[in-house]
Amino acid sequence: MKGRIASTIIVAVLIFFAGYAALFIAPDEKTMHAIQRIFYFHLPSWIAMFAALSVVFVANIAYLATREAKWDWLGVSAAELGVLCCTIGLATGPLWAKPVWGIWWTWDARLTTTFILWLLYISYLLLRGLLDDPEKKAVLSAIFGIFAFLDVPLVYVSNRLWRTQHPQPVILGGNGSGLDPNMSKVLLLCVIAVMGVMIMVLLDRYRLERLRHEFDELRLEVETRNLAPASIPEKERV
Amino acid sequence: MNNARASAILLAKELRLEFRTRELLSATIVFALVVVVLFSFAFDPTAAESRRYGPGLLWISFLFAGSLMLNPSFAREKANDTLDALRMAPISPFAILSAKMLANFIFMSLVELVLVPVFGMLYNVSLAGVAGRLIFVLALGTVGLTVTGTVFSAISSQARMRELLLPLLLLPILTPLLIGAVEATASLLLDQPELDRTWVAVLAGFDIVFLTASWLLCDYLIEE
Repeated sequence: MKGRIASTIIVAVLIFFAGYAALFIAPDEKTMHAIQRIFYFHLPSWIAMFAALSVVFVANIAYLATREAKWDWLGVSAAELGVLCCTIGLATGPLWAKPVWGIWWTWDARLTTTFILWLLYISYLLLRGLLDDPEKKAVLSAIFGIFAFLDVPLVYVSNRLWRTQHPQPVILGGNGSGLDPNMSKVLLLCVIAVMGVMIMVLLDRYRLERLRHEFDELRLEVETRNLAPASIPEKERV
Repeated sequence: MNNARASAILLAKELRLEFRTRELLSATIVFALVVVVLFSFAFDPTAAESRRYGPGLLWISFLFAGSLMLNPSFAREKANDTLDALRMAPISPFAILSAKMLANFIFMSLVELVLVPVFGMLYNVSLAGVAGRLIFVLALGTVGLTVTGTVFSAISSQARMRELLLPLLLLPILTPLLIGAVEATASLLLDQPELDRTWVAVLAGFDIVFLTASWLLCDYLIEE
């Protein structure tokens, strides 16, 4: 419990400073000005998403290999978190693109891939909701999760090839020539802070899943006890 | 019994079951035709536009038709719990899965065999000169569609709302296949048709990745 309070405080302080640094310390971008500051949360949310989805993939394989329920709990927790990060990325992207590129969306390889990724993992969560038996839910969603993750590089490669054969509508000229040192420092702080928040949320979500599981088991135990004829006299039974 | 033989027997069973009534095939062909016809009302394309949009239309109708047709593949076994009987047989789960994949591949190919010439006629696209290469592209795309579709049909057959769930699981996964198949088909409809190797590689890559994954995961897929 103490560890949780301490880590919550540390992460809260980190995210506060990250927000402050992104708004006030990071240098102004030459052409995009203030709107560019969305970048300090846009990119970290993508990094967190890829981390979360990799955790889903590892958890899916580990579940099939070991059949331990904890891997299933980790899988669903990380998948929900991945979808959340993806949603943040997909929301901050167009907000940034509209004033800078002049459009909300373009069917560029990276944008398309993440959009498909978002759909895939929402389907993963939907699938889990539609399977009733817990064991089946864990096994079948793990198989789908592995298929979904394997599809990601294929989606990216095919989109990449597809777009090189068509003119790009509007796109920012490659700015890959490195960031201002102050910008990279702020970015690093933001990445650490966002990852901290995501890890906290992941651990809490995992705990919730475990408690849910324990609750279900206890309820089942109580129900079977109530049904057992010897344990409770006939007239007291509900 | 060796697995190839078991698979062949199960394939024969799937085919006999379908050709007794042909209900799945006829319904799927009609559905795909409806999609193709609706397209002409929605876009009213000229011959040149048909060549440009035709491959996309064709593959969209195959994907939609496939995602509906593959539903009964495993759901059909649920009615009499016949999948349990198959599981009890001393054969590898992949024999069961591959028989279904092959059967679905044959059904889907038959749908395409009817639909492609009709499409060529309705939209004035000449396909005779590229028939061989077109069949190659269709086969590559259909392998990917039926491999992933059969696996997902096994998944969705266990769930509630399975008819809606299967397209939901299947269509996003098929994005690379759709792009590859459409572009490869489009390269065959140009004035100087030349099969684009890049897209053949994308299709083949898709098929190999998911066929391998299904082979590795089928023990978990077909269990109690």
